[in-house]
Amino acid sequence: MRNGTNHKSRLQTFITSLRVGVFLARKDILRANIWTTLLIVFVMTLTFLNLVVIGGILVGLIEGSVSAVRDRYSSDVIISPFNQKSYIEGSPRIVSMARGLPWTQSVTARYIEAGRIESGYQTRTRLNDLLDRAGGLVVGINPAEEDAVTGLSHLIVEGAYLAPDDVDQIIIGANLLFQYTPIVSPGLQTLKDVGVGSKVRLALNGIRREVTVKGIIKSKVGEVDQRIFMPERELRALIGRADYNVDEIAIKLKDRALADEAKQALTREGVGEVARIQTSEEAQPKFLNDVKATFAILGDIVGSIGLIVASITIFIIIFVNAITRRKFIGILKGIGVSSAAIEVSYILQSLFYAVIGTGIGLLILYGFLQPYIARHPLNFPFSDGILVATLGGTMLRVLILLVATVVAGYIPAKIVVRQNTLDAILGR
Amino acid sequence: MITVHNLVKTYSSAAGDVRALKGVSFEVARGEFFAITGRSGSGKSTLLYQLGLLDNPTAGRIHIDGVNILELSPQERTAFRLHELGYIFQDYAVLPLLTATENVMVPLLMQGLSAEEAGIKARAALEAVGLAGQLHNLPSQLSGGEQQRVSIARAIAHAPKIIFADEPTANLDSETSRAVLEVFLALHRQGQTMVMVTHEDEYAALADRVITLSDGEIAADVRNKKE
Repeated sequence: MRNGTNHKSRLQTFITSLRVGVFLARKDILRANIWTTLLIVFVMTLTFLNLVVIGGILVGLIEGSVSAVRDRYSSDVIISPFNQKSYIEGSPRIVSMARGLPWTQSVTARYIEAGRIESGYQTRTRLNDLLDRAGGLVVGINPAEEDAVTGLSHLIVEGAYLAPDDVDQIIIGANLLFQYTPIVSPGLQTLKDVGVGSKVRLALNGIRREVTVKGIIKSKVGEVDQRIFMPERELRALIGRADYNVDEIAIKLKDRALADEAKQALTREGVGEVARIQTSEEAQPKFLNDVKATFAILGDIVGSIGLIVASITIFIIIFVNAITRRKFIGILKGIGVSSAAIEVSYILQSLFYAVIGTGIGLLILYGFLQPYIARHPLNFPFSDGILVATLGGTMLRVLILLVATVVAGYIPAKIVVRQNTLDAILGR
Repeated sequence: MITVHNLVKTYSSAAGDVRALKGVSFEVARGEFFAITGRSGSGKSTLLYQLGLLDNPTAGRIHIDGVNILELSPQERTAFRLHELGYIFQDYAVLPLLTATENVMVPLLMQGLSAEEAGIKARAALEAVGLAGQLHNLPSQLSGGEQQRVSIARAIAHAPKIIFADEPTANLDSETSRAVLEVFLALHRQGQTMVMVTHEDEYAALADRVITLSDGEIAADVRNKKE
């Protein structure tokens, strides 16, 4: 019975301390210097953004690469030959089947052959002078269909896109040109002094043919920038592919989320027996996922340091605040206000700054930064970086920040409140 | 009401121990207006801090209303100060970010009163000390005398058993000091037990009883005759 009474009394004391803490915190916040409050909130906003944005950009940098591979190369579903096959058997039937799927928006079929481009042969004076050479995949496409799936025409950085009736015209990936990939390495061959309008020699399947560079593409996707594109009719003639069997079929869906359904539908139709069907996720190079995981860890490390800095910042703010009001804390204790009530008031003040700072940070993040960077990606050398800030991840960081705030607000308040009441009042 | 027996307070410092109180004993009766005087450094404020539970004596006993206050835990001491005592500080000690009413409300809220009840009691206490027109002023908008009255209102609002006042007129001009003393006398007439430290003989003379401290000991214990 006595224990029950004590428990009730303790609960009442706690509730009263909470009420008085709220009262004191509210008055302190309302009547504090507005510029001081704004400065603290500003610091908290920056701290929150530091916590979310740095990690988000690091992950977004790779996410940008992942998106680029999907949007500019594989599209939502990609069909490719099995390793032991050199092309997809029954391609016309599969292309037709893919076009007939209810979720399909557009389809492109690609003929692919390993080839080489040579330049400088016109100006050499001796036959055994070395030529500039670069090896890549020569890809025959229907320009309109490829553009509908991967937006290839939008990746042209110089010159013009292919037309279906182009003859002896190619567009060339930036990785094959020294001016775009100025790397001198024994393992990497690039063409110097080749640009739009240059005549180059295309060598494939034992045939050499002079073609003109009509355009240069730069996609920041290795698979694309290492390629040489030409109209399918031209390549088919060069490699003698009369059966219309192709080497890649990329399918763009109306809704990306339906990739698994599309894959299953194609598998049910037996496509899986003659070729490999992959969703864009499955077709991602493994290293991208590894780099993504690595950058996520890096982001967490940077975020953790940010969190520690934030905690120290809050600690200093509350500690300075409490120290400068040490006398008044002494007076509060002197007139009978409990230590708990005073501590609650300081915790609530630090929570207030954190909540407002975080709220403004969330507004900036989702109202401005994320949509802006999505529209204007950060131009990294190998990726168009976006800002990845999932709601779940952000909320977790908000929670961590608030918990850190409570701790960082409580400790200095506790230190000051524990001091001798009389010493605090007399300023000793 | 208050029984002090052989109270000793020693401060330790680099220069050695300083005995601020050297075995002080006295009693204060319920409803008595009790003054403690003495020169600067005589130990009068130190004595008040011990009586007001703001400091712990080195030795001796203090009983207030039958409670041995030296046996109380820190939490119990805080609760005792809250419920049983009122304290008026020398430099007013009002909270700068709270209005006059809010300053008085704080201990009332801490006693568990609702904001509305606390507000009513606070306003009544402020009106009793003549601050009806300054209820919503911040301390920065009040004169020294008015701030001291807020401090008095805060000390009396919860009807404590004893009010302690530490040099309440030290920072006030003579006219304001007399006004503050008038408030004390009015409270005393209503039966309030009061213990006041002052170095002004004129104000000490208003008390029922005056003890004079000298070098940590009671040098004189005088009961004033009232007309």
